[in-house]
Amino acid sequence: MKYSYYPGCTASTTAVEYGLSSEAVCKALGIELIELEDWNCCGATSGHALSHELATALPGRNVAIAQAAGLDIAIPCPACYQRSLAADKRFQEDETWRAEMEELLGFEYTGQARPRNLLEIIGCDLDLKDVAAKVKKPLKGLKPVSYYGCVLVRPPELTGWDDPEHPVIMDRLLEVMGAEPVSWSYIVDCCGASLTLNRSDVVITLVNKLVQAAEDAGADSIVSACGMCQINLDTRQKGHRMPIFYFTELLGLALDLPGTDGWFRRHAIDPRPLLRSLRLA
Amino acid sequence: MREQASSVKRQTLNVKRKTSNVKRQTSNVQYPISNIHSPISNFALEVQRRSGENVFRCYYCQKCTVGCPTAYAMDYQPAQVLKMIQLGMREPLLKSSAPWLCVGCETCGTRCPNEIRLAPVMDTLKYMALEAGYAPPETTVYALHRAFLDSIKFFGRVHETTMLAEYVLRSKDIFSIVRSNIDVGVTLLLKRKIPILPERVKALGQVKELFGRLGNW
Repeated sequence: MKYSYYPGCTASTTAVEYGLSSEAVCKALGIELIELEDWNCCGATSGHALSHELATALPGRNVAIAQAAGLDIAIPCPACYQRSLAADKRFQEDETWRAEMEELLGFEYTGQARPRNLLEIIGCDLDLKDVAAKVKKPLKGLKPVSYYGCVLVRPPELTGWDDPEHPVIMDRLLEVMGAEPVSWSYIVDCCGASLTLNRSDVVITLVNKLVQAAEDAGADSIVSACGMCQINLDTRQKGHRMPIFYFTELLGLALDLPGTDGWFRRHAIDPRPLLRSLRLA
Repeated sequence: MREQASSVKRQTLNVKRKTSNVKRQTSNVQYPISNIHSPISNFALEVQRRSGENVFRCYYCQKCTVGCPTAYAMDYQPAQVLKMIQLGMREPLLKSSAPWLCVGCETCGTRCPNEIRLAPVMDTLKYMALEAGYAPPETTVYALHRAFLDSIKFFGRVHETTMLAEYVLRSKDIFSIVRSNIDVGVTLLLKRKIPILPERVKALGQVKELFGRLGNW
């Protein structure tokens, strides 16, 4: 299986362990990722906050680059994913804009390169039985809660591959890994996202509500699919020591891939004591 | 708690008071068929056109406010914002903190029984506030967005180190920003998550064209 790959800015910085584990896990599962040539930042929240045009023009350039290969674009970050979807939708609906972008960037829009989230690709394009067959070290005893955060499955008219209020794919994937996912009420509640540096008080309030709720549900960890959620939960919780994993890290651990220790070392809250107590690391 | 409740009440009363003013001002506009009993303001029509969302469908069930993670920090809550748009309350909305505290999580839009997505509406209010020259009430939020986009314009990708430096310089309250982020900053530096050197896009000219020609930036 071949996909174009849009890592996004955080895959080599604040979410470096997400980038590394995504690439390692894809390789192990037979998913070939071909990085988009000379991609740019999608503009994230700031793009659509300040400019209607930049909100789609910036991710539009990445979607444009992907047209030549005609492969679906694998995007680990939910924010990049949502912005790319918005740009792709505008390419389909706004002909004037499409013509302007085509002329400016010198490409032709074919619509053959759909932006797809990495969780969607692993959870929907692969047969989970095949994934289960590759699990070498079942995550026995681990009791995580799945945490989608806000925009991974929203807005549903753009995403559409999992339920926007009660998504289930991450839980299924965790079960395949041998973990025992715990259900809770905050699976799609927002962590405060981009307010982390400019209104950290809001993010601290929201993050601690989430961590407390996970603890109350009896979970020992939270599993994320987003660099922003992970860093907010990992660095802004107070009075707790709840490890925050990327789903790709746990998948890498279950597949017994080399290098997991290097990923966990980059966390603010070291998850290795928990894993050691369960004899998983 | 009590203080918060009473301040919400005060805001509600405020809204009501302002509402009656606006009705007087806009009494001479045309009456569309869908909403024959109340006058429609040009402001509401502009928000609707630019956001692509039919703001007149709101019947004030307040699901958006109830599910909004940041509503508690806003001066007007999401459902109030929609009602105020319908009533044409341009000035208080363009001065409001609500659009700047909306993180675009799409919870409201996903749950709205009338399929109104509030995130694009909130974005539209931000664009209109900036165009009309209102200083964003959330100065730090605006400072970060500016620094973030400047970083993309300069490198094509976000470079955290220089972006954060510009953010700190742009924001009015350097001391409190440093105080509330210093622990996280040190952790990220120790974990080697903040890069010293930027990654640059090779075809930076194209990115600058997008900013200049399309973004008017």
